[in-house]
Amino acid sequence: MKGTEAFQELLPLLGEVPVVHANGYICRESFSLKDREENFYMIGSMGLASSIGLGVALCQPNRKVVVLDGDGNVLMAMGTLAMIAAEAPKNLLHVVIDNEVYESTGRQRSISHAVPLEQVAKSAGYRQTIRVDKREEIKPAFEKLMNSEGPVFLLIKVVPCFDSKTGRVTHTPEEITERFMKTFKR
Amino acid sequence: MSSLTSQAFIDRLIRENFKFFTGVPCSLLSGLISYLEEVEEAKYIPSVREDAAVGLSAGAYLSGSLPVLLMQNSGLGYCLNAFTSLNLIYRIPVLVIMSWRGQGGKDAPEHIIMGDIDQKLLETAGIGYSVLKPENLDQVLEIAMRKINEEKVPYTLIAEKGLFDERH
Repeated sequence: MKGTEAFQELLPLLGEVPVVHANGYICRESFSLKDREENFYMIGSMGLASSIGLGVALCQPNRKVVVLDGDGNVLMAMGTLAMIAAEAPKNLLHVVIDNEVYESTGRQRSISHAVPLEQVAKSAGYRQTIRVDKREEIKPAFEKLMNSEGPVFLLIKVVPCFDSKTGRVTHTPEEITERFMKTFKR
Repeated sequence: MSSLTSQAFIDRLIRENFKFFTGVPCSLLSGLISYLEEVEEAKYIPSVREDAAVGLSAGAYLSGSLPVLLMQNSGLGYCLNAFTSLNLIYRIPVLVIMSWRGQGGKDAPEHIIMGDIDQKLLETAGIGYSVLKPENLDQVLEIAMRKINEEKVPYTLIAEKGLFDERH
């Protein structure tokens, strides 16, 4: 499955759920397919999407929160998997698009081909983890995890296919902050 | 040096509406963290590294809470990318309580260089700070609250050894 297909499959399932995006390919692909006010696009600070998402989940315990992460980000912040497991927010779903490369910097290999991230999350203490390789597996897995007690983890294995001509997020960082914060006030 | 009780300081921050605390411990801040573990009005989330604490604080702020990050100055290096590519450009504030190890070159060797350059690093990054004293608490908190509420950027209070009662 191509990365784009994974995003196409996920987007209709998100509803009004706040989604914290990892930097690079994750932000750009998601933004170019469908911009949402509930999206927090983290354009820098690599590795921190998961901790930002944990902060949101802990402060908004009555809302589901999704982190849309990448393998490079997860590998950079494996300690945060432990923090998520230790705090155990019931409302957090951690989705990782794993293409085994650093896509937006020119497809240099990461090390996730050798490190099964869903097993790392499981060992850290996530309540449930699912790994999917096929497009048709995404929807049932996502829906199952959304209806389960978190923290839960969905690993989606994809092949790199990012078109480097894909645009960057056009909102300014300040605009991203403002509109994301507004979604918690309505 | 006269000291500020951990309890009085944390209670004051809670009155300023800071309810979300995270960080990585330092012995100089041990009294603050043990009081935070007792108090009901605030929560303290242990972070595994200082930059993760910056991310966690950012998430708390974005979803409606005012965050405080407690750390030793040795954690500042880990935070700089997060401060510059997240907090400063997105206007995501956090109150940082940073202990000053290596002050005056008198400390364990691993603290000497950072103890000398931490304030210069904050200045270079454009992050405001004050050295907290028992007698300037009101004044520096007023500056901090203005930075946080109006400019929406991080502000750092630097705690020297002996400022807070320690519990370890």
